[in-house]
Amino acid sequence: MNEQITLEVLRYRPEESSKQIYQSYDVPFKKEWVILDALNYIKDELDGTLSYRWSCRMGVCGSCGMMVNGEPVLSCASFLETFHPGPIRIEPLENFPVVRDLVSEMSDFMEKLERVQPWLIRKDEDPPEGEYLQTPSQLMDYKNYSMCINCMLCYSACPVYGLEPSFLGPAAIALGQRYNLDSRDQGEKIRNAVLSEDDGIWQCTLVGECSAVCPKDVDPAAAIQRLKVSTTVDFFKSFLMPWQNR
Amino acid sequence: MPDNHEYIKYHPRWHRTPIPVFWWIQKWVYIKFILRELTSIAVMSFALVLLFHVRALIQGPQAYSDLTELLSTPISLILHSIALISLLYHSITWFSLAPKALTVRIGKWRIPDQLIIGMNMLAWIFISFVIGWLMVTM
Ligand code: SF4
Ligand code: FES
Repeated sequence: MNEQITLEVLRYRPEESSKQIYQSYDVPFKKEWVILDALNYIKDELDGTLSYRWSCRMGVCGSCGMMVNGEPVLSCASFLETFHPGPIRIEPLENFPVVRDLVSEMSDFMEKLERVQPWLIRKDEDPPEGEYLQTPSQLMDYKNYSMCINCMLCYSACPVYGLEPSFLGPAAIALGQRYNLDSRDQGEKIRNAVLSEDDGIWQCTLVGECSAVCPKDVDPAAAIQRLKVSTTVDFFKSFLMPWQNR
Repeated sequence: MPDNHEYIKYHPRWHRTPIPVFWWIQKWVYIKFILRELTSIAVMSFALVLLFHVRALIQGPQAYSDLTELLSTPISLILHSIALISLLYHSITWFSLAPKALTVRIGKWRIPDQLIIGMNMLAWIFISFVIGWLMVTM
């Protein structure tokens, strides 16, 4: 008999109960399988009612985030082998409302993302002939922030967001900073006004877990701390050199 | 997620898991974070003791020797040791976070995080030694 491993999946089916319950499934233990493969096996072979999100199964789309043994991870990038011999606890991402089983509600982030205006802002919108030019080293200034796949693992790891859901949060701030640092952008002032509001960067107490769990090495914690420094410098500059406030 | 969405018929009944009061005990990293925040009390207590020193100096020799006597009781020594350990923990954890707030570039080369931490620590140790040396020799 081939070896099996047990998955304890936290399920929520609102039409049946308002409580979440753990349900155990035994799946084949295969070295090349990730958690997502095991969930797909459950869905295909054992229980078609299990709900979860996924798309690319290669760490690009950001839709398969969930808690595995208490840590937020991409289920398509976490091998069963890491958790051998199990059982493995699978839960929906923390800090988000659960719609069903492992599916969480993300529209809060979508609204926040829009607030930081993650696009190029130009003062005079006269599109150049061709394209805006940029050197490789200017690209390096923001490249790691642009790698974000909106997987929400950082929000799940952030206790500040859990306790204070109005907090703008790691990924939204990192994406704001991504455009601030882009040499083609001129919207830093507009964006920083949003980022340094009450719900913005100053809510962050630097727990640092957002950067630890990020699968794309975006380092949102660093984005937030650097924004704290640069907005503070700007604040003092506006007193000392008022002629620069145009 | 704000609760103020308009009523939609058949709106999904979301499940919200409340955050327990002792959320920070659940993970080692959270405990370390809470410790870092709490040890700031030790930093404050050292500042207070310093203020009392200044006050005693202003009040005269009698007040100062009363204070030093108070500070050399066993209880005070134990409290000071705890405060010193807390203060070291606080400083070291904060210095280790310095690269998060600081990117230093020399030309195209970005100074690696470990080096920033190391330079901060060295500066801290060096300044402490200078102050200690001044206190002993002057
Ligand atoms: S910053 Fe990292 S953890 Fe957060 S959403 Fe983006 S990719 Fe995911
Ligand atoms: S399925 Fe796309 S990131 Fe995991």
